Amino acid sequence: MDELIEYGPYLWEGFQVNLGLSAVCAVLSLVLGTILVSMRVSPTPVLRAAGTAYVNIVRNTPLTLILAFSALGLSDQIGLVFSEEPSTNGFWLVVMGLSAYTACFVCEALRSGINTVPFGQAEAARAIGLTFSQSLRMIILPQAFRAVISPLGSVMIAMIKNTTVAIAAGYLADVAFKMKDTFDTTGVSIPIFIGIALAFMAVILPIGLFTGWLAKRLAVAR
Amino acid sequence: MSSQATLLFDAPGPRARLRNHALTVLALVALLAIAWFIYVRFDEKDQWAPEIWQPFIEARTWTGFILPGLIGTLKAAALAAVFALLFGAVFGLARLSDHRWVRVPAGVVVEFFRAIPLLLLIFFIFYLLPSLLGGGDYILFALVAGLTLYNGSVLAEVVRAGVLSVPRGQSEAAYAIGLRKTGVMVRILLPQAVTAMLPAIIAQLVVLLKDTALGFIVSYVDLLSMGFRIIPPNFPGALIPAAIVIGIIYIGLNMLLSAFAQWLEKRSRRSRKSSARPIAPPSAIPSLGPGAGPPSDVVTLK
Repeated sequence: MDELIEYGPYLWEGFQVNLGLSAVCAVLSLVLGTILVSMRVSPTPVLRAAGTAYVNIVRNTPLTLILAFSALGLSDQIGLVFSEEPSTNGFWLVVMGLSAYTACFVCEALRSGINTVPFGQAEAARAIGLTFSQSLRMIILPQAFRAVISPLGSVMIAMIKNTTVAIAAGYLADVAFKMKDTFDTTGVSIPIFIGIALAFMAVILPIGLFTGWLAKRLAVAR
Repeated sequence: MSSQATLLFDAPGPRARLRNHALTVLALVALLAIAWFIYVRFDEKDQWAPEIWQPFIEARTWTGFILPGLIGTLKAAALAAVFALLFGAVFGLARLSDHRWVRVPAGVVVEFFRAIPLLLLIFFIFYLLPSLLGGGDYILFALVAGLTLYNGSVLAEVVRAGVLSVPRGQSEAAYAIGLRKTGVMVRILLPQAVTAMLPAIIAQLVVLLKDTALGFIVSYVDLLSMGFRIIPPNFPGALIPAAIVIGIIYIGLNMLLSAFAQWLEKRSRRSRKSSARPIAPPSAIPSLGPGAGPPSDVVTLK
């Protein structure tokens, strides 16, 4: 227990980094995922193909590879730099990689949500003269979002857990790195591990419960 | 294809056709601009120089570096897959037990390992083992153990859902003809549940294969370590080509496995041997029940 109390503030700093990464990535991946799903159902074959190719490629690549490539490849070799400050640069590289990765899963969740929208809804939308983008924006996507709230919650939970892979991008500030760092100095400590695990659960469980509750509340009555 | 009516758009009329053509041209220009931008940025840093791509058409790069890395990845994945399936079977069935003292602890274990980030688990095992068992090389062990506990817990849920997906009449009929609990499970429920579970199990194995890349962080010599740590010093400047080559290998492997899962799912949907419907993979989206929407093949979402 002593180690947990002694290193608590140090580890808490790391956990806040994970929370920050999660918050930014949640917004970016939801936006990017919505754009991707619009591409994948659009009447333009070029956009459809581009969306499908992106999702299939990125979804099948290990996140560790994406993050390591962002840092070692894109940043070091190609010169993609968000900030002169290395820690700020690392933060945004992780945000970029993790959002690009999570967006695929958001896109797939939304796409299955679109499949739950009854045919009649889209037919009615067309019958009153809405164009593709209008019916997508005003009729289909709102219903699709409501149908996949709880799967989107699972995607977000997986994303929050994935923030610990930030080490792969050379961003040494998150709680996984700080736990490893602490173990390097004090040796293994079970209370520290359990403490961090409980901290993650304290974030993840409410999200699961909340999205489950929200999904029931907002379910489209049919 | 373009003249077909689909869920979201009709066969286009003259105005919509014009708009679609304009959109196609715009999209093409935008995509080409992105491709051109990437090409130029890579070109500025000499990433298209033949010298750095040269190693990847030589046999010794493959036999000396890439194949050993691939074997490392596949070894960790195969070991973890076998243990995770065992773990999943044991804990999935334990959660279905009639005895509370079996059911509750199994539930706690499964929920705990599912909720914690996999990398933390691998680090913990990696540091725990030397202090318990003394010095030694525990990298592979820590990686496999972490993958087993996490994916095994997810598979336990799959097993549970699979057994529960067999209609109740099946076990009632089995009890009625005099089978005992074990007989009902082994002879009636499991054979039907396995058919329903297979696609979900393969989908989880894709996740497992992708997660072996975490071994990179604990310096396990896998495909990813080869690409980022071992090839670049041996072939100066070849980091980006190496990353692209190993990326293609990962994507190819995963797509093969996914295609296999889809084929299995189609087959088991057609099959009448099992009365259980295929269950959704754990990472996928639960269907909203029959009649919630049109079957997915109505929508053209290619």
